[in-house]
Amino acid sequence: MIKFKNSEITPENIYKKRRSFIKSIGLSASTLAMSAIPFVNKSLASERDKLTSYKDITTYNNYYEFGTSKSDPHRNSQIFKTTPWDITIEGEVEKPIKLSMEEISEMFISEERIYRLRCVEGWSMVIPWMGFSLSKLLSKVNPTNKAKFVEFESVYDPAQMKGQRYPVLNWPYNEGLRIDEAMHPLTTVVTGLYGKKLPNQNGAPLRIFIPWKYGFKSAKAIVKIKFVENMPTSSWMWASPREYGFYSNVNPNVDHPRWSQATERIIGEGVWAPRVKTLMFNGYGDEVASLYSGMDLKKNY
Amino acid sequence: MSRYSKTLVFFLSLWPLYVISYQIIFNQLGPEPVDRIINHFGEWTLIFILLTLSMTPLKKITKSVEWIKFRRMLGLFTFFYASIHMLSYVGLDYRFDFEPLINDVLKKKFIFIGFSAWLLLIPLAVTSSERMVRLLKQNWKKIHRLIYIIGIFGILHYIWLSKTIFFKPLIFLIILVILLLFRVKITRSASKI
Repeated sequence: MIKFKNSEITPENIYKKRRSFIKSIGLSASTLAMSAIPFVNKSLASERDKLTSYKDITTYNNYYEFGTSKSDPHRNSQIFKTTPWDITIEGEVEKPIKLSMEEISEMFISEERIYRLRCVEGWSMVIPWMGFSLSKLLSKVNPTNKAKFVEFESVYDPAQMKGQRYPVLNWPYNEGLRIDEAMHPLTTVVTGLYGKKLPNQNGAPLRIFIPWKYGFKSAKAIVKIKFVENMPTSSWMWASPREYGFYSNVNPNVDHPRWSQATERIIGEGVWAPRVKTLMFNGYGDEVASLYSGMDLKKNY
Repeated sequence: MSRYSKTLVFFLSLWPLYVISYQIIFNQLGPEPVDRIINHFGEWTLIFILLTLSMTPLKKITKSVEWIKFRRMLGLFTFFYASIHMLSYVGLDYRFDFEPLINDVLKKKFIFIGFSAWLLLIPLAVTSSERMVRLLKQNWKKIHRLIYIIGIFGILHYIWLSKTIFFKPLIFLIILVILLLFRVKITRSASKI
């Protein structure tokens, strides 16, 4: 799904040379001397499309239900029970439905989808998800003409999810999309990664993933999908409406009120790797920019 | 025993350096190493501010003046770790690219307040010597009350950069408030006498 510009891809020999050069410098070089190397030209930074390692994807997570530190979800989610699991699709629909995870895996074939993930905190990964377009799942119901938005509700289970015992966020985790965003083919229902079952810390058994939005929009462990008439208030909007808007599209020109969004750090690239420039719509502008034509993205952050 | 206590505290205070050296050498910095280094020294700076601020209350509680002799060293370690913290942000993260940096300092309140806290530490470090204490007399105490403001700035810096106050920033805040309340109490009881 990712489109590469030729200029973005480093020829393999240069890539390897650069690697061996970095290795040869080793640890003896002083931090300051190395860090004096300025931002690497974008054309050399093909790292941005290299898959992030399975280990990094599964041990570096923001999943506050299992704790606020990045290593907490991996540590605290291992005994989380994901069977049985039902998902209801309800709200402004003609006939609400309830599907079990088994039914969903039978009904829809998951394919590999490699997408960039850009966290609102300023780091990014490239993840080979397994999944299918959310539009396929949503087509199982007929929304009424009142339906304008889709709301996602994550599981609420403080007995199993330590983080939910504290008022860190307005539990259960809640997210939302406009219907046209939800129906966009890039909006994915995720069931796995790296060809394997989705690990608990990544949102098992089922999450959504919206590649052109900041990571927190992609709700994990979903139990309810609801068609609604009014714009839902997501958990993060509820926590800080000034900082987290409903749209939360990746946008290097609109800073988070407290930090810049112009650049990002690629996970797994090591101490010496420079920040890279963040791309509009996380690089998916060709596919999704038309959803927002005529909208002031500074106001609709 | 107490002859060596200062040396002991000195080597213990180097702990953050041992930890980060170990992590660099054995590749334990994790997926976001630059962030890890910056946060490591940032957190230790705050811990050392709190440690420095603990010495006077400890003196009162234990009725032993022993604690005061560590105060200067702990304060200087605060400055030391704050400087590494700031330098790793400027050098390692932003590659001394001053345009976005200046932009950050002016526009982002958490960076502005963090940078201000570091600037305020400079006069304290400069006037930390025995000679300066004698030279500045009563003024020395006044200057060094800046540490309260630095402590508040430091914790605000941490709260403002975090996505949520839970839990570490909150814990730091609570400890700081307790330590500052001791000052209110101390000055009150002192003024009564």
